[in-house]
Amino acid sequence: MSRSSGGNHIAGRPSDDLAADYRRELRSYIYGLGLALLLTGVPFGLVYGSAIPAFWIFIAIGVFALIQVIVHVRFFLHIDPPRQKADDLHLMLFSALILALMAGGTIWILANLASRMH
Amino acid sequence: MSLAHFIFGRLTPDDLPFWQMLQHPTGANIVNGIIATTAGAIVVLGAAVTVGLITRYGKWRLLWSQWLTSVDHKRIGIMYIVLSFVMLTRAVIEAVLMRTQQAFGLDGGFLSPNHFAQLFSTHGTIMIFFMAMPFLTGVINYAMPLQIGARDVSFPVMNSISLGLTAAGAALVMVSLDIGQFSTGGWSGYPPYTEAAFNPGVGPDYWIWALTLSSLGSMMTGINFAVTIYKRRTCGMGFFRMPLFTWTALCTSILMIFAMPPLTVATLLLALDRYLGFHFFTNGLGGNMMNFANLFWLFGHPEVYILILPAFGVYSEVFSTFSGKVLYGYRSLVWATMAIAVLSFTVWVHHFFTMGQSADINAVFGVATMLIGIPTGVKVYDWLFTMYRGRVRLTVPMIYAIAFMMLFVIGGLSGIVLANPSVDYQVHNTLFLVAHFHNMLIPGLLFGMLAAYHFWFPKAFGFRLDERWGMIAAACWIIGFVLAFFPLYAVGLLGFPRRTVAYFNPAYVPYMRVALVGAVFIAAALGSLFVQLWISVRNRQAYGAPAGDPWDGRSLEWATPSPPPEYNFPVLPEVTARDAFTRAKDSGAAYQIPAQFADITIPKNSALGPVLGAAGALIGFGLVWYLWWLTVAATAAAVAAIIVRGFARDTEKVIPASDVEREHMRWLDLVASTRAVSRLRELDAANTGLAAHAIPETAQ
Amino acid sequence: MTEKVIYHPGLRLGAAHPDAHEGAEELLFGFWVFLMSDAIVFGLLFATYASMLHSTAGGPGPKQLFDIRSIFVETLALLLSSFTYGMASLSLKYGRRSGPLVAWLCVTLALGLVFLGLEVHDFLSIFHQGAGPTHSGFLSAFFGLVPLHGLHVFTGCVWMIALMAQMAVYGVDRRVKLGLLRLGLFWHFLDIVWVAIFSVVYLGGLT
Repeated sequence: MSRSSGGNHIAGRPSDDLAADYRRELRSYIYGLGLALLLTGVPFGLVYGSAIPAFWIFIAIGVFALIQVIVHVRFFLHIDPPRQKADDLHLMLFSALILALMAGGTIWILANLASRMH
Repeated sequence: MSLAHFIFGRLTPDDLPFWQMLQHPTGANIVNGIIATTAGAIVVLGAAVTVGLITRYGKWRLLWSQWLTSVDHKRIGIMYIVLSFVMLTRAVIEAVLMRTQQAFGLDGGFLSPNHFAQLFSTHGTIMIFFMAMPFLTGVINYAMPLQIGARDVSFPVMNSISLGLTAAGAALVMVSLDIGQFSTGGWSGYPPYTEAAFNPGVGPDYWIWALTLSSLGSMMTGINFAVTIYKRRTCGMGFFRMPLFTWTALCTSILMIFAMPPLTVATLLLALDRYLGFHFFTNGLGGNMMNFANLFWLFGHPEVYILILPAFGVYSEVFSTFSGKVLYGYRSLVWATMAIAVLSFTVWVHHFFTMGQSADINAVFGVATMLIGIPTGVKVYDWLFTMYRGRVRLTVPMIYAIAFMMLFVIGGLSGIVLANPSVDYQVHNTLFLVAHFHNMLIPGLLFGMLAAYHFWFPKAFGFRLDERWGMIAAACWIIGFVLAFFPLYAVGLLGFPRRTVAYFNPAYVPYMRVALVGAVFIAAALGSLFVQLWISVRNRQAYGAPAGDPWDGRSLEWATPSPPPEYNFPVLPEVTARDAFTRAKDSGAAYQIPAQFADITIPKNSALGPVLGAAGALIGFGLVWYLWWLTVAATAAAVAAIIVRGFARDTEKVIPASDVEREHMRWLDLVASTRAVSRLRELDAANTGLAAHAIPETAQ
Repeated sequence: MTEKVIYHPGLRLGAAHPDAHEGAEELLFGFWVFLMSDAIVFGLLFATYASMLHSTAGGPGPKQLFDIRSIFVETLALLLSSFTYGMASLSLKYGRRSGPLVAWLCVTLALGLVFLGLEVHDFLSIFHQGAGPTHSGFLSAFFGLVPLHGLHVFTGCVWMIALMAQMAVYGVDRRVKLGLLRLGLFWHFLDIVWVAIFSVVYLGGLT
């Protein structure tokens, strides 16, 4: 209903605590970026030019992807399971379960059908 | 592209229901044409009469400001239920037509195969998406926030949008009676039959867009209800103090959130195939039609649990209220509900045991299917034990509940039969299957919703429904269901396939005749419900129950006036146990004056719901008829509306504490001057909504 | 001080923003629920893609069509944009003026548009090789999955512009803050989906 006081200002309050929090959260993003760059660069490098057998490259891609997802969740989304509210954890666990059932089930069934049709 | 082509897309006069009949007046065309034209005319007439009456009585402003733009969960809930009754009427008529065709279908019958195929497609689509889903959404919308002591759902404007989108989908299905035709691919719409190669017409497109609109609405509803229950329970209401109906609402909403995406994927991928020539499910070039069945039933199975869980919740309320007893085995009911919710994602292959996957896969899913029957069995026993040693009152909701218990168990047993893949190979897609799922849906879902309607009607409108016509309706539903569907078990075992317009085995005829009688009873049941409503409105003074508690209810929704104020509670209640209202009545703490009244802030009305609904309907219509200009314009309007809404800042209104106090005191004065009635006089005119509550000698 | 309980995903604005603090939990939880349902949509498209990997109908497959260098640059752009959005979020939380916030958002938007531009260019070059989605099941699955992600990124860009427009009119008020928090969840989620896409579709296809 009302405009905030002045177009340029965000409500805030200076304090030492705040400065420490800022540095901590900034570090979170920087670590996240660094790790993600690493976890991106390695699989790309492996695929671009490497003599390792394909099977192990697949494994590496999968593992690095999984870790990078966790990095994003932890460092960019600030989700920390030990301290996270139960509601959020229920949701993520249940979603993961459903995703596994649906995607896994789909692949299982369709692969089975494919193998029986050749 | 010529100008006419641009403006009219693929609309031609041929798409009117009477055109074929006039161009090629063969016997079959005339019969089918008359039926189709009558149906189309009813839609047009119905719309015209509705618009006419609203104009005649000058109610447009009221309709817009009090109902269509309302974000009050109670009003939205009522509108959902009104929609579902309208669609129920159409779908019952379609069912009667199909039963009539099959009763006289030996060696032909009077309906063309195309007409019959549209009938079973619209019947299924409407009953699931535009009758059952809106009905349960409406019931949960109305009762759940009151039960948890909240003022509204978490996202009231999104609630209104969900309603708008659902209505838009229903509108598309209704318009298909007048312009063009609906899909002939059943409510499940399997490709490659529904691909452009075999069905280039508008039918499958109507189906796709109606479903997409509805499923978007349901997904948003699921999010809304889940967040509401997680975040807006009143002080002291931990999860294990929620009423069972709220528990089932929670699990239903979680199912909606996770089951709607597979449907969205399936229908949108089919749309990509049809509109842009993709090859997801086509016959050639690498398409995999079996993935459609997989995706559709990934949705379809949790969907049927979405349909049944709210009914289970209603039955829990009905059994405990009308036995005058605490619900037996609360925790086991909660765990059973959660088990059903989780297991419902593990059984979907049982809808296509015969599709060709290995026996191992079938076995795994067959076992899972049998397992899911167990928690439901636990619930049935809990309900039975609730009634045991209670003081059972055979009111209309209780009649539905008892009929449910007996009939649903039979349907469940037929489900266990079907769960065995080898048996399923014999009866898949026969009328045995049709009997099974109607056995679950009618005594299960529909009786539950009708019980809910009867149960919560006095809360919503301040007067009870006529009990006698309610009994007549219930009796007709029960007799009608039994006569219409039990013969189908037998004839399915005799080999009668589903979705078949005609047959050649004279042995089927007696079963079909009996089933037709059942259908007539069902039509009578629906008619009785309308009579009941008419009589109840006419006698609303005599049936009035404004004090708010006509049934000696147990949960918080009964601790409000009937109808409740827009903000539900003057002060949000504090809860210390289950059956919070019964607790309060027992300890004499009900009907208190709060220590202090405060201003209440609630959301203002919003036009976004009707606007997005209208836009959705136009987008769908444009896509169906290749009216790209309409689709683009409506999409732009929808996007603009959402962005404009982002700029809205004046979105709340304040109800001053003095108003709240005045309303509350008016209600308490009414309660003080109301005579409390015992359960023996529950159905008399003397029952104006205050229960004579004996403080029990024992804790239970 | 570190919070004892983290009551919603994404950056918490904390006590310095009392207007947005209250109401953030419910709103962000709701949005997170929506993102979970979106994750299911993507998951099913991934499963569909995996099952159609060999349905090339004699036509081109991943090795013929994917350009690893372009994908790498796109990946960097999107990853960087997630970081810059994080910087924007920090400006929102700790900053006293909205200048840096708007600047970081503009950088994020630019990186997002770079991503989209490169992606559209990739698609066009695949089309020109005669490998549009109408040519095989594999191509349909590819063009169903990856452009859907692109459409989400595009929607995010539109949303970002709309929020910046609201900022111009109202300043950084409560609704703008809550919008930025939700957009943050959305933007980071899209980067997570992209990790899955480049891993499964592109790197997996090129191995």
